[in-house]
Order: sequence, then structure tokens, then C-alpha cells
Amino acid sequence: MNTNELLLKSIEYRKTILEIIHHGGAGHTAGSLSCVDILNVLYNKIMDITPENFDSVNRDHYIQSKGHSVEVLYTVLADQGFYPQDDLFKGLNQNHSKFIGHPTRKVPGIEHNTGALGHGLSVSVGLALAGKLNGHTYRVFTLLGDGELAEGSSWEASMSAAHYKLDNLIVIIDRNTLQITGRTEEVNGLEPLADKFTAFGYAVRQVDGNNVEALSNLLSQVPFEQGKPSLVLANTVKGKGVSYMEDQMVWHHKVPSDEQLVIALKELDTAKLELGDV
Amino acid sequence: MELGKSIGLEMGVATRDAFGKTLEEMGAEIENIVVVDGDVHDSTRTRFFKNAFPERFFNVGIAESNLVGIASGLAASGKQPLAASFAAFLLCNAYDQIRMGIAYPRLDVKLVGSHSGISLGQDGPSQMAIEDLALAASLPYFTVLVPADEHAAVWATRAMFDHHGPVYLRTGRPDAPQVYNVDSTFQLGKANVVREGNDLTIVACGLMVAIALEAAHTLSQQGIEARVLDMHTVKPIDHAAIEKAALETGAILTAEEHSIVGGLGAAVAQIVTAKQPVPMTYVAIMDEYAESGDPDDLFDKYGISAKHIVQKTTELLDRKQAS
Repeated sequence: MNTNELLLKSIEYRKTILEIIHHGGAGHTAGSLSCVDILNVLYNKIMDITPENFDSVNRDHYIQSKGHSVEVLYTVLADQGFYPQDDLFKGLNQNHSKFIGHPTRKVPGIEHNTGALGHGLSVSVGLALAGKLNGHTYRVFTLLGDGELAEGSSWEASMSAAHYKLDNLIVIIDRNTLQITGRTEEVNGLEPLADKFTAFGYAVRQVDGNNVEALSNLLSQVPFEQGKPSLVLANTVKGKGVSYMEDQMVWHHKVPSDEQLVIALKELDTAKLELGDV
Repeated sequence: MELGKSIGLEMGVATRDAFGKTLEEMGAEIENIVVVDGDVHDSTRTRFFKNAFPERFFNVGIAESNLVGIASGLAASGKQPLAASFAAFLLCNAYDQIRMGIAYPRLDVKLVGSHSGISLGQDGPSQMAIEDLALAASLPYFTVLVPADEHAAVWATRAMFDHHGPVYLRTGRPDAPQVYNVDSTFQLGKANVVREGNDLTIVACGLMVAIALEAAHTLSQQGIEARVLDMHTVKPIDHAAIEKAALETGAILTAEEHSIVGGLGAAVAQIVTAKQPVPMTYVAIMDEYAESGDPDDLFDKYGISAKHIVQKTTELLDRKQAS
């Protein structure tokens, strides 16, 4: 997939995320929009995960530790063919639906239950460790929110990742600098974050996490160093792609109204036209 | 501890030792087993496995949450992980990880908590798990095993790997008197009648089975014949054995080295009250933390010795009589 195709995908994904959240009446809107470009590049360009190979152990693995942004995962997995996109309009977050408010393994394509924060990295360490133990060549990609880095277990897991030299582990931080009640730096300061991860033994790279080309280039180079886990500090904008949601704390768990949805979709369609897609 | 001596029970090894040795055997039988421990493998006895299969053993340091998370990831990749630490730290520190990473996705992870109850003695309440059965049993899909002696521990260690799904196995620090012998048989979810009797039933688990037998011996000298049920599988609990005991003996006393809240007694009472109401009483730690000391003294001070079972039986049989 070339850059233009990836850009178009991101716009389509953003539209679907907004539509399913609007339709379902609940969802973590802005956090899904901040990391959509990361999932786009991972699933369409980097990772070897398909409905056909999903039952095989020796394929890449993806653990989304920031489970609350499940809408982006549902959207991308539908596009990858794990289930029809229509399913997402039949019962997101509703009774009797398997498409519930946080990821579960009951949904095709989802590997692990997440949603209590600070868990995904330890699980990913376990998967990466098993890969080394079994002599498999797969990589484990895990996406963490920045707010969840306050959970101490993320740092316990980081110590293990370096200790076991897990260069088959790629940790991506969705560094949108906002959490539910405010700026990460005001709630419980994380900086200097790159220095912290470096000190914990990662090979650290920073990237514009809403730039699909930059993400593609960087993620094609993993592992960044042999014998070290890779860490991508992806600087993102929460609510990216919708002007009135961008960098606005209030959109963490807010559902767009009918009117707001129309405005958002219009903005995204305009962006699409600017890419030359007619 | 001097448990069981008065009634001629031979002292055996601790349940943690029998577990550790059996785990080592199983490591040779099942190549897929991997073990993670939180820097206490000398104490939990996973060190036997570590020494035999160093490449399949991971000491992740003093980090129980991470320990359980890693076990979850190992299980998700198809390995058969066993995670061990002190029961207090494993269940209490890592409970969120156990819930999210093992119970909820129903993964095939075995948890082993050693140094359970107050029988670890001298190290005191910070190390004593008196809440672990309540915590483990309240997790959906979990099986909870509490072996009474070394023979039961050998069985339980094998049984948990035969069972696909999450299991919590509770082991103890001190040597345990042998309630069973090498020929004894066990079945997951099926209580063992270790003593026949029809005046009341003592339902016990772990070390309390031997103590219940001691109490039953004393009661017998008073003309009271107690049935003793070893509820080695605290969950799923043996409904049929409890109903039968209530029906045939008309009074039930539960005995556990655990808090009165949420443990064996509570589980038995749920069945008795719903199916076959009879007078009940409970020998357990009464919603308080213990202290350091000799285990025998602690059992006496915190109300879970044979003497207490005998005392409570008298009161229980009065109520049975009146009902």
C-alpha cells in the first residue's frame, strides 16, 4: 500500500470510527482518532496478521493495551476481513453484541482481553518470550496509551523486556499528552519520557504518530537494535482529523451529536477530496 | 507442628515440597510447561523445576503483577505456564492481572500460592494469606485446590495440568501429617470422606483435615461420631457430598486456615442453606490478622485448633438437638 492509499485508509477509518460510535451511543472517540494512523500502518504495511493465518502461532501479534480505544481496532479488523463492517452497526456496545466496550478474544482478530490499564505490556513480554523459547520469528507489537504509563506494571514489564533481550517486541506509545482529566504532565508528569525508556533498556525512536509515511519508514526498521526491545514514541494529536475534537480533553469519551457527526464527516470528505480521490 | 501425632498420623513432607517434586516430574513429561516465579522459587519449591529445566524457568524478580501478566502472554502463545509466589503476594498484588489476564480470557494458567494461612508461623501477617481462597474462588472459571497432605498435593499438581483452564493451588509451608497414603484416590470436584460418622460432618481443607481428624478422635471418646470430609476442591465445590452430609448427619462444621469471610465455610453454607438447611458452625480466622509465632500456638490463639472444633461441636449439637 503506497502513502496515498494509506492516507485514504486513515480517512475512511476515521469516518467509520465516528459513525459506529455515533450509532452505538458510546465510545472512546478522541483516543481512537489519535492512534488510527498507527493501526493503519501496522495492519496494512507492517504486520503479518490476516484472517487466514490468525490461528497459526508463528505470525505477528498485536496487543492493544489501551483497550478503551477499541473502536479503532474494530474498524481496522473489519477492513482486514475478520468480519463484515456491517456487524459494527448492529450492536456496538449493546446487549447481545460481541462488540463490547473493550477488547475481548471473542471478537475475531483480537488476541487478548484488555481494558484494565497497565496490563498489555506484561502480556506482550510473555508472548515475545514464548516466541524466543519456541524459536519462532514472529514480532509482538503492543500499543500503550501515555496515561496508562502511570501504572507501575508497565515499568515492571519494561524491565523484563530488556532483561530478556526481547528484540521481537515493539512497544508503541500513543503520546497524545491528554488523559481523561487533563494533560498527562499536569496529572502525573511522564517527561522526560524518551530518556526514561532509554534508561529502561529500549532502543527508542520518536516519530510523528499521525504521519503514515513516517510511521511506515520507521516501523519497517524494527528491531532498531539487536538484543533490545524497540520503543516508538509516537507523538500524536488526540481527536486527530476532526477540527473541533483535536487536542480537546472533553472528547475522551464523548459521542458526537447528529450535527457534530455531519460536520466531522464533511471535514473528512474534504480531506479526501484534497488527496485527489473522487 | 505436632499435628496428627496424638491420633497416630505419620508426619509427611509439606504440600509445597510434594508440589515442587511433582512439578519437576511433570516438566519431564510435558515439554510445554514453563514456570515463572517471583524470586521465591526456593520457598515455593519451583526450584526443583528450575534446576531440571533452566531454559523453561523464568525468575521475573519481585514483581507479581508482571509475573502474572507474562504468564498470561505465555498462555496466549500456547505454552502451559505455571506462576508461583507466596499466596499473599500472588493473589493480592497481582489480582487485577489475574482477573484480566487469566480469568476473563479463561486462559490455561496455573497459579500456585505457597505459605498460605497462618501456619507459616514466624514471619507474621504480612506474609500470611488468609484471603486467598476468597479472592481465587470469586474469579469466574477458576478451579481452587487445597491439598491436605503430600499425597493430595501430588494428585493436585497432576490434576491441575490435566484440567484445561485456570487453577489456583494453595500450598503450605510446614510439614503436613499424612492423612492419605500412596494408594489414596482423588477426583477433581469430589470430596473425600476421610472418616465416617453420622452425628455431624466436619468439612475441612488443607492442614485442617488432620486437625479435624484429631477433633473427631476426641469427640469419639465422648460418644460423638463425626464424619470428616476433605474438600480438597474448594471450587467447583462438591454439592452432592455436602447435601448428603447435611441429610445424613444433620449438622455441619467447617474448618479452614483462612478468614471466615468468603472461604470454605461460606461456600458450604451457600449449598446447605439452599438445598438442605441444617445447623452450621465455622472454625476459621475471625476477620482479623494473626501475629508471628509458633504455628501450634497461633492455631490455638486464633481459634482453629482441634480444641476449638470440639468446643464448637458441643454448641452445634445442642442446636441440632433443638431443631
